[in-house]
Amino acid sequence: MQIELRILRYDPERDERPHQETYHVEAGPMDRVLDLLHKVKYEQDGTLTFRRSCGHGVCGSDAMLINGRNRLACKIRVDQLRARRITVAPLPGLPVMKDLVVDMEGFFAKFRSVRPYLVSERPVPERERRQSQADRSRYDDTTKCILCAACTTSCPSFWAQPGYVGPAAIVNAHRFIFDTRDEAAEERLEILADKDGVWRCRTIFNCTDACPRDIHITQAILEVSSAIVERHA
Amino acid sequence: MIHDHDALIVGAGGAGLWAALELARAGVDSAVLTKLYPTRSHTGAAQGGVCAALGNQEEDHWEWHMFDTIKGGDYLVDQGAAEVLAREAVETVVELEHMGLPFNRTADGKIDQRRFGGHTRNYGEAAVKRACYAADRTGHMILQTLYQQCLKHGVKFYDEYHVVDLIADGGDLGDGGRAAGVVAYRIADGELAVLRSKAVLLATGGFGRMFRVTSNAWSLTGDGVALAYRHGVPMQDMEFYQFHPTGIVGIGILLSEAARGEGAYLINNAGDRFMKDYAPTLMELAPRDMVSRAIHQEIRAGRGIDGKDYVYLDLRHLGRKVIDEKLPDITDFVRVYQGIEPLTQPIPVQPTAHYAMGGIPTDIHTRVTRDADSTVVPGLYAAGEAACVSVHGANRLGTNSLVDLLVFGRRAGRDMVEHVKGGTLADIDPDVTELVRAEIEAIRGREGGERAAAIRKDLADVMMDDVGVYRDETGLRRAQRAVTDLRGRYANVGIHDRGTTFNTDLLEAREVGYLLDCAETTVASALARKESRGAHSREDFPDRDDANFLTHTLATRRDGAIGLSYKPVQITKFQPKPRVY
Repeated sequence: MQIELRILRYDPERDERPHQETYHVEAGPMDRVLDLLHKVKYEQDGTLTFRRSCGHGVCGSDAMLINGRNRLACKIRVDQLRARRITVAPLPGLPVMKDLVVDMEGFFAKFRSVRPYLVSERPVPERERRQSQADRSRYDDTTKCILCAACTTSCPSFWAQPGYVGPAAIVNAHRFIFDTRDEAAEERLEILADKDGVWRCRTIFNCTDACPRDIHITQAILEVSSAIVERHA
Repeated sequence: MIHDHDALIVGAGGAGLWAALELARAGVDSAVLTKLYPTRSHTGAAQGGVCAALGNQEEDHWEWHMFDTIKGGDYLVDQGAAEVLAREAVETVVELEHMGLPFNRTADGKIDQRRFGGHTRNYGEAAVKRACYAADRTGHMILQTLYQQCLKHGVKFYDEYHVVDLIADGGDLGDGGRAAGVVAYRIADGELAVLRSKAVLLATGGFGRMFRVTSNAWSLTGDGVALAYRHGVPMQDMEFYQFHPTGIVGIGILLSEAARGEGAYLINNAGDRFMKDYAPTLMELAPRDMVSRAIHQEIRAGRGIDGKDYVYLDLRHLGRKVIDEKLPDITDFVRVYQGIEPLTQPIPVQPTAHYAMGGIPTDIHTRVTRDADSTVVPGLYAAGEAACVSVHGANRLGTNSLVDLLVFGRRAGRDMVEHVKGGTLADIDPDVTELVRAEIEAIRGREGGERAAAIRKDLADVMMDDVGVYRDETGLRRAQRAVTDLRGRYANVGIHDRGTTFNTDLLEAREVGYLLDCAETTVASALARKESRGAHSREDFPDRDDANFLTHTLATRRDGAIGLSYKPVQITKFQPKPRVY
């Protein structure tokens, strides 16, 4: 079938402002939006610019706004979109560098702000530390994050308050806060109790809908907020 | 723009990140360059596990792991390196746990382990539970954990810097010179940066994109391997390229061997578990080269599903609990990319180009070597898939890629710490960027050139069809002519995007050049190896020939021609034997 692909384009060397360009490509139902972008780039217009790497939803490079929702271009099929017309735009709320490429630095700075690494000063045994299966499963869901930014840039609270640390950073804080091996939960809760921390969340669930890894993000945020409340109780 | 560091790491996958961590912990001024963001690196796509003889589930010993690695590699493995791999696998996996890696756990809280292809107890008796894992996203967890620790230790990153040249001092890298830094293209604005250093680690991964059907990321174009080659360093054992048996039909996305480790079957058109005819002891858990050949044989004999070019991977009998807890990602891939429900339907699979056993030759300290005498190139290091140390020989066992990048990434970092003590930065010619600048401007300025994507597609087709699971003289000669022809076309490569901002059109054109370098040595090395060993199967020479070919191939380019030489295989504990499973 033929797909009409409308892509929001912007080249700072040529354009005053973003504009839409329309391409027509042949596609099968199992083709992914990334396949369509490649068809445009390789067969029609080599200037079209986007990031991608693994091509199957694990590296997090190609999150973008597709038919109004944040998705990974390599993980959404043409037939799932149920439309002959597909619109593609960069992730909302981040500065556009060119076409579908956004500046990720602010996003990663927020990620780094929650101390997203295991902190443990206790001496380690010669072999692995023990952790029960129940303790391991406590933080399993939030280990899946690929830092694609689909969640944070789908969040209206982030759009309204760009200082908001955002769902992805909270997910990565959660991954350590609930890991029994970690010793810095207090510090992370302190960071996230800030005015730009978890309280900016309005439980809109956009993040959960956007996550290509099916992480229960809103639930993770609520678990972190509860931990903050319990800490002060 | 010139930046100085004592040590540079090119590539931010598992090997590069672990090396960076060692350097940062030792207080060495170092930096990592990556053409992506670190967390996009392809280590993150590894699925099934990382083998280490922890013995958490059943008796196991590092000697058994060493033996399996050597036999799996069809005796082309350097046995000293395999010993390092198997011994240090244990401590690196434990150290990863200490860094916070969320391994799956046994009932008593230890790291859980499962079976994997070619990993056996007591020198081949039966499959052993050796693969430590985190669901089927072990690589993701390794990449995330190492990146997290790098942040914790303040590692300096140059994100989205594409390394486009290596800098040598005192002669070229193949002629006695030392590594003195790199030239990098800043993707954001097209600036060329010179980074000086006393040591450079190439940890740029593989080059699976030279094949049509591959599990590899788009970014895996052999950059580091090709850059070293252009400076006179050989490519070693390039004829050994692994095809993983279970890729998603047509698009090549990997479905982990962990599925078979958990008990999945491979079945043909008749519903038979055909591996009983090829590897009666290990069945579906035979090494990958054998399983990929078996699938091809079944297809050729008309026993592919509906007579077509694929067989079935069958998970149905594993049940929902095992599938959901231990194989969640790959079953998600099957649902998304094939529209199939693996709980109730068998999955069509075919071999997919997966892993380069060959690469930049190194010693066990990851120092790059440049000839058959293993003469070290001062200051130049390689680790991970880009390197050939050689622990995988003619065929890598499942999980050993992760073991390799952990063990040798760590070794690289530690050796670089020592190497950069004392020593000075080289004086660099201010014109050092001119050659690569001219190459880039020639591509950018060329009117009416051919698009790189068309050249890459034709390359991938010929490599898949003539340099795949089975090879012969006729096909390899055809491939050789084709690659030569493609080189000619590449001299006229052109792009649409003339800008400096985030010009991926330009970078992809350069990447195709790297792939052509890798392809030409692969074909030349395969033509010259008139035997069948591991992943290199010559239909015109079906037997292994230890008398003539128990030796590593070194392919070097001098004055535009490829020269082949040979380097002995190191044999310490295990004499070559026929390889049956």
